[in-house]
Amino acid sequence: MRITSEYVGQIGRLSRLALTDAEKERLTTHLNAILAHFERLQELDTTQVPPTAHSIPMENVFRDDTPRPGLTPAEATAAAPESAEDMFVGPRIVET
Amino acid sequence: MTEFEAVIGMEVHAELLTASKMFCGCPTTFGAAPNTQVCPVCLGLPGSLPVPNRRAVEFVARTALALHCEISPRSIFYRKNYYYPDLPKGYQVSQYGDDPIGRNGYIEIVVGGQTRRIGIRRCHLEEDTGKLFHVSPQTSEVDYNRSGVALMEIVSEPDLRSAEEAREYLVQLRAILTYLGVCDGKMEQGSLRCEPNISVRPKGSAAFGTKTELKNLNSFRAVSRGIEYEIERQVAVIRAGGQVTQETWRWDETRQVTAPMRSKEFEQEYRYFPDPDLVPMVFTPDWVQTQQESLPELPRQKQLRFQEQYGLPAYDAQILTETRALADYFEAAAARHADAKAVSNWVMGELLGRLNAASLDISESKVTPEGLAGLLDLVANGTISGKIAKDVFEEMFVSGKAPEAIVQEKGLTQISDEGALATTLDAIIAANPKEWEALKGGKEQLTKFFVGQVMRATKGRANPQLVNDLLKQRLAS
Repeated sequence: MRITSEYVGQIGRLSRLALTDAEKERLTTHLNAILAHFERLQELDTTQVPPTAHSIPMENVFRDDTPRPGLTPAEATAAAPESAEDMFVGPRIVET
Repeated sequence: MTEFEAVIGMEVHAELLTASKMFCGCPTTFGAAPNTQVCPVCLGLPGSLPVPNRRAVEFVARTALALHCEISPRSIFYRKNYYYPDLPKGYQVSQYGDDPIGRNGYIEIVVGGQTRRIGIRRCHLEEDTGKLFHVSPQTSEVDYNRSGVALMEIVSEPDLRSAEEAREYLVQLRAILTYLGVCDGKMEQGSLRCEPNISVRPKGSAAFGTKTELKNLNSFRAVSRGIEYEIERQVAVIRAGGQVTQETWRWDETRQVTAPMRSKEFEQEYRYFPDPDLVPMVFTPDWVQTQQESLPELPRQKQLRFQEQYGLPAYDAQILTETRALADYFEAAAARHADAKAVSNWVMGELLGRLNAASLDISESKVTPEGLAGLLDLVANGTISGKIAKDVFEEMFVSGKAPEAIVQEKGLTQISDEGALATTLDAIIAANPKEWEALKGGKEQLTKFFVGQVMRATKGRANPQLVNDLLKQRLAS
């Protein structure tokens, strides 16, 4: 697979990143180099290997449904770039 | 002209009734002050780690079993990646692919006397997002109290063929969820949300048309109206020679129309991958068996039992089992009064009618099952007439008094004293000689007139059967 500059633009948009043309070109080169490495890895025959989602052999880790206090609104919003009256504030985004 | 049929699949999201969130211990109380039920996990702060809520997993498994699904022996959580301010981590933990907790089930619905099986494709577990408020033209505010609340997604096969079927599917699904106690089913509060996929095709065609997704349906009425409107719109587009485009439409409750949402400039690419922070869930046959055995009697089973045990019509059984509370109410009353059909008629007619008019829930009814049964006993043993019973019911509904007390207080007992009724009847005959001669001459519909006059004179308390008998005696002599 070859990544194009247009595709990088599309991924950038989905990630809400405003990429310049120069950045798109640079990332296209980088991403293609990374993919080339994966193409090498894909030469391995893995048909007999089950897909691995997790590297640690653990399962069924759960907690009881017991509520406990978390942060206060002031603590929660302390690191927010902007907040007002216990609300996080960001640029207006409306999916219409 | 070509006849069209609709093809509808339903995607339903149900907030689970757990006390804490899906992956952290934050409480889930509805309507709490903004950002008072948050912690590093549900705010997506760096370094925090999620741990799944055992009860939420059990809730989804039990729902899946109630929907006749098979349980995946091994089920994992995925990350669904997208950027939106209501999603603080930049991904939603969800399930994906062929190992959701439950898959391949069905719901039985009865529409127009026909029983149909609607396939359930998957029943899985995920987490809810925060809530956005658009307060000024430049900014949005976010409350993350809902972020990370356990959310169940139930996806049907595209087996529904009309707005009526879609509505009934939702009614039955909601009944199952509330019977199980896994969701409160409140559409208006958003704890049960439904997004239908709708397409139309020429009747008899096997291929699917292009589908649209419909959002913002906040009540059963909106579900019916929105789907009907969208079906008509698509048929009109095709009849006019146009093509339906795949996009999301939004039901506008005020204007009662569907309107397109801004079509996405790019196909969303969610880059699903297994969440490395959450280890797989493995469900043993023993565990599944335990969940299966914990299921209560479900609406459909109850409907069939009501038909069998109480001899009720399917229609009555369907209405009475819509909520567990209503079904319990009916059974409590039917246990005290032998005529189950009479109990059913009164519950569906007077009781539900008055409750709906007053926007009250069955749990708030001042008329108890015992009270209703007592009232029906009074009618059955001839103490009061059916007509008076309605007045007594009204009084019971408002004051919560026992029917016997109301009848006593207001002197509403039926007059079954033959002598007293004969005197009244004779006086009425004397006062209406023309009508009496006509009745004797064969104008039988005047029977009603005389009975009616006696009822009026006794303020509805006369025993109508006895008045009829007395009238016949006088006609025969």
